[in-house]
Amino acid sequence: MADLINLIENWIKNLLLGWGASAGLTGFILQALGSVLVVMVCFAIVIVLIWVERKLAGRLQDRFGPNRAGPYGIFQSFADMIKIFTKEYVTPAGAEKGLYNIAPVLAMASVLAIWAVFPFAVNVIGADIHVGVLYIVAVGAFGILAILMAGWSSNNKYALLGASRSVAMLISYEIPMVIALLVPVLLSHSMKLSVIVEAQEPWFIFVAPLAALIFSISSMAEIGKAPFDLLEAESELVAGYHTEYSGMKFGMFYVAEFLHQFTVGALITIFFLGGWTGPMAVRWPILGVIYFYGKSLFIYLVISWIRLSLPRIRIDEMLDLNWRFLIPVSFVNLVAVAIADRVMMEFTLARWIYVLVMFGMNMFILWAALAIAERNDQAVEREEFPPRPVAVPPGVDSK
Amino acid sequence: MVPIIIFGLSALITLGAALAVVTNKNILHSAFYLVLAFAGVASLYVLLEAPFIAVVQVLIYIGAIAILIVFAIMLTRRIGSDDLIQRNAQWIWAALGAAGLFLVLGWIVYSVNWPVVTQIVPEDTITILGQELLSTYVIPFEVASVLLLAALVGSIIIGRERE
Repeated sequence: MADLINLIENWIKNLLLGWGASAGLTGFILQALGSVLVVMVCFAIVIVLIWVERKLAGRLQDRFGPNRAGPYGIFQSFADMIKIFTKEYVTPAGAEKGLYNIAPVLAMASVLAIWAVFPFAVNVIGADIHVGVLYIVAVGAFGILAILMAGWSSNNKYALLGASRSVAMLISYEIPMVIALLVPVLLSHSMKLSVIVEAQEPWFIFVAPLAALIFSISSMAEIGKAPFDLLEAESELVAGYHTEYSGMKFGMFYVAEFLHQFTVGALITIFFLGGWTGPMAVRWPILGVIYFYGKSLFIYLVISWIRLSLPRIRIDEMLDLNWRFLIPVSFVNLVAVAIADRVMMEFTLARWIYVLVMFGMNMFILWAALAIAERNDQAVEREEFPPRPVAVPPGVDSK
Repeated sequence: MVPIIIFGLSALITLGAALAVVTNKNILHSAFYLVLAFAGVASLYVLLEAPFIAVVQVLIYIGAIAILIVFAIMLTRRIGSDDLIQRNAQWIWAALGAAGLFLVLGWIVYSVNWPVVTQIVPEDTITILGQELLSTYVIPFEVASVLLLAALVGSIIIGRERE
């Protein structure tokens, strides 16, 4: 009972072996079942998440949110889902048929592929590869490619503009994200996700809070939602790269976006919040799964909260934040953490002193970086334009 | 048996995609076929039990180079159309050069007595790789780092606005 998932796995394994299947085939079937299960859980969660997010958005913006279909509107997502299945697929004239149809599938696959390497509990791990961290970064590239495909193949200038903006943003925010990810790798001496999770005593958010902050900001930019939703800014670009998509093809982009946000929550959980660890999680692996999804959901809600509260940033501010703040700070942070870790390894210090020194150093770097940024910001001379009213009341001279 | 089937499939995809890169009339389609070819090569690395090289192949070739190519094509006007001219006056020399290179490579592959290692590949290759790079091969590693740094600084200087 304590180890429900492996119990079921062993039962299926013995059943298949009893039917005379070879060991290789049994392993293949079990892995296929496992992947299908992970993907299905992702989809099921997204259906709930869309409702949670809309309800939360409603509450934060002083309105009700969905409240018609079922109690508290919980069936709204199902109604939307059925509606979107029945919609017509419109392919614009002059679109590249092949690329146009591959793009939504690729967008979805690039997010789902990240889930292949996650450790869900002490003994429930997907593909526990030694290059887990690199794999996560590498697979993200397919998402960017999907956006480029969608933008170019739609034969629409808005879509193309959205896609070009996305490349400028997603590629540049990958740099601080990867450098921030190197900090947990450095602290746990491994790129294997299960080792990173088990090395977190205490959670890395206390040892490396600055890396956690940089990773959170840059992965929020990677999601491409507010405040970094320049690639689909409604007021400027209609809907960005998925302007021309309809029906389930649009639905796939939409679900991929929600799932990406949840995946970012899961990544922050794994790298900085101890993954599946928690009280009794080693004895009861099923509790680990619950902790993992619970923490991810919590981070998901925090991200939703942030993005529902902040306005969209301008494109120059977006690039300034990345190249003039996040990248230098993440480099300084990485070097400082590496040196501090190595120096403290020489002295046998108690764990709490180590954590305290690391935490203090991170906070000092953050304070110094903010102070320098503040000073630079005041040094920049901004050209100011007088307000230019567009609508002028009758009888008033516009000058 | 299964690895051979998978090898055959990924080799077929790689070669087919590579052929499509050369023969396609639309340069953007060629770029996307190039991505497929890179992915095929990555799957070959996985079959060779070199996960680090496979992931780096995806990260650098698909994540950086292919996206740069696609982006450059999208920003360039008029070359995204279907009437691309695939030949110029020097095609015969290029063909001769390519054929010569193919013959030389083929001769090398068949004539060299390649060493075959029978021992099992260690599971954690990346730790060994990291230790080797920072001990035995530290000088080439540092030279490569300096070269990359120089390229980075150079690109910033070229990209800067002239005063």
